[in-house]
Amino acid sequence: MNSCAVEVEGLRVVRGGTEVLHGLDCSIPRSALTALVGPSGCGKSTLLRAMVGVQVVAQGRVTVLGRAAGSRALRGRIGYATESPAVYADLSVRDNLRYFAAILKAEAPAAELVLEQVGLTRESERLVAQLSGGQLSRTSLAVALLNQPELLILDEPTIGLDPVLREELWRLFHQLAGDLGATLIVSSHIMDEAARCEQLLMMRDGRILAGDTPEGVRRSTGSQDLEQAFMRLAGETGAAVGTPA
Amino acid sequence: MSLRLTLITTWRIIGQRRRDHRTLALVTLVPALLMVLMRYVFDSKPLFERLAPTLLAIFPFIVMFLVTSVATLRERRSGTLERLMTMPIAKLDLLLGYAVAFGLLAVIQVGVAASLCLFWLGLDVKGSFALMFGIAVLDAVLGMALGLFVSAFARTEFQAVQFMPLFAGTQVLLCGLLVPRDHMAGVLARISDFLPLSYAVDALKLITTSAELSRELIQDIGVVAACSLLALAAGAATLRRRTA
Ligand SMILES: Nc1ncnc2c1ncn2[C@@H]1O[C@H](COP(=O)(O)OP(=O)(O)O)[C@@H](O)[C@H]1O
Ligand SMILES: [Mg+2]
Repeated sequence: MNSCAVEVEGLRVVRGGTEVLHGLDCSIPRSALTALVGPSGCGKSTLLRAMVGVQVVAQGRVTVLGRAAGSRALRGRIGYATESPAVYADLSVRDNLRYFAAILKAEAPAAELVLEQVGLTRESERLVAQLSGGQLSRTSLAVALLNQPELLILDEPTIGLDPVLREELWRLFHQLAGDLGATLIVSSHIMDEAARCEQLLMMRDGRILAGDTPEGVRRSTGSQDLEQAFMRLAGETGAAVGTPA
Repeated sequence: MSLRLTLITTWRIIGQRRRDHRTLALVTLVPALLMVLMRYVFDSKPLFERLAPTLLAIFPFIVMFLVTSVATLRERRSGTLERLMTMPIAKLDLLLGYAVAFGLLAVIQVGVAASLCLFWLGLDVKGSFALMFGIAVLDAVLGMALGLFVSAFARTEFQAVQFMPLFAGTQVLLCGLLVPRDHMAGVLARISDFLPLSYAVDALKLITTSAELSRELIQDIGVVAACSLLALAAGAATLRRRTA
């Protein structure tokens, strides 16, 4: 069996008339937590959308769990949470989970389990429209967890959360990858969040700067932390393509 | 395609509307209120008898057009459509889920307005009441399907609402409400031949004035049904698994 959960080869994506991913290559190992980091607007969401199979692609190949991204056989095997919470504002948290669980044919207690995982059990009867921003994004995350998918693609799930909750969610992500053997790809524009992941993809301007363990990235750039490593890597490619630093 | 997925989607959409008492009240009561106004503004029973069938076609059409275009626009913009497209549900399941949910809403709406016309405002229906009801509901489904289709071309709810005068307003003016279609300028009469609402109005006029199940009536119903299906297919074509 292929050791990679996702393989991206020569991916080019054009959005709104401009090319936002420029022939990008990367691979995501199975049963590990991979962080996709890079500044806002660098193309993280676009790359994740291509993996999920909802992005129109100009060129290149994206293979997910051994199949072409977006193929019918993959539907329901991937848990996906978009950057903006994709849930129904005029339903309760639990009704949202029930609807998506029914589509995924998830086991009956699945809704209760994911509510607990994201810490929303007490809010389960609340209308989504009345939730705080953090509760809202956790509701959306809960939907992605519903059928215990083997691949979880989470687009900035910790955005706008307080540090305690953020810490808790990262612990949950580690747990999902470690104990349950799931593959997780989690994007973030905060470099620090990636420090404890097993794998790191650093991105800038529609290109991958580095794909390695956090330790490997630090070592190869001779940096103290990932922030510094990013600056060094960005400086190099900046020089290579001739744009002023 | 699966009946199960269609029905759970219908149930979800009903759940979303259930808490929204104001919309429910507006959808069910406003057409009835406008009927009462029509009856007593002119204060003429013969005139009301002439206009009522047309109005029974127009109100559900407009209301369903609005409700659906806004609801599906939200589905597109909020990311829930994108999420559903990554799940094992067919576009047709989603579409039919909407059709059944809003179709039921239309049944209630038409039921209230039509009963009011028959039992209180004195509308005399020569043909089958059930068939009249069926045509009005079919007409609501037509409005729904068109609303679903145009929601693909709106970016905001405000824009979606602005499509109403274009898609529904023109049809209302040309469907024979103001003057019989054959009295309009030749070009407009020709154009109205291509607008589905004209056939819904013709069918409802026929059924209130004659007990006969004429060939013309069956043709009119056929055209409305075919247009509804066509609009649903066009709506389905605007739901995409992959977007730019
Ligand atoms: N719907 C869209 N239409 C056109 N351009 C878009 C759209 N969404 C994103 N973009 C552009 O694509 C680029 C990458 O965006 P995105 O993938 O959202 O970046 P990130 O997730 O890293 O912030 C940005 O330049 C952004 O302006
Ligand atoms: Mg993003």
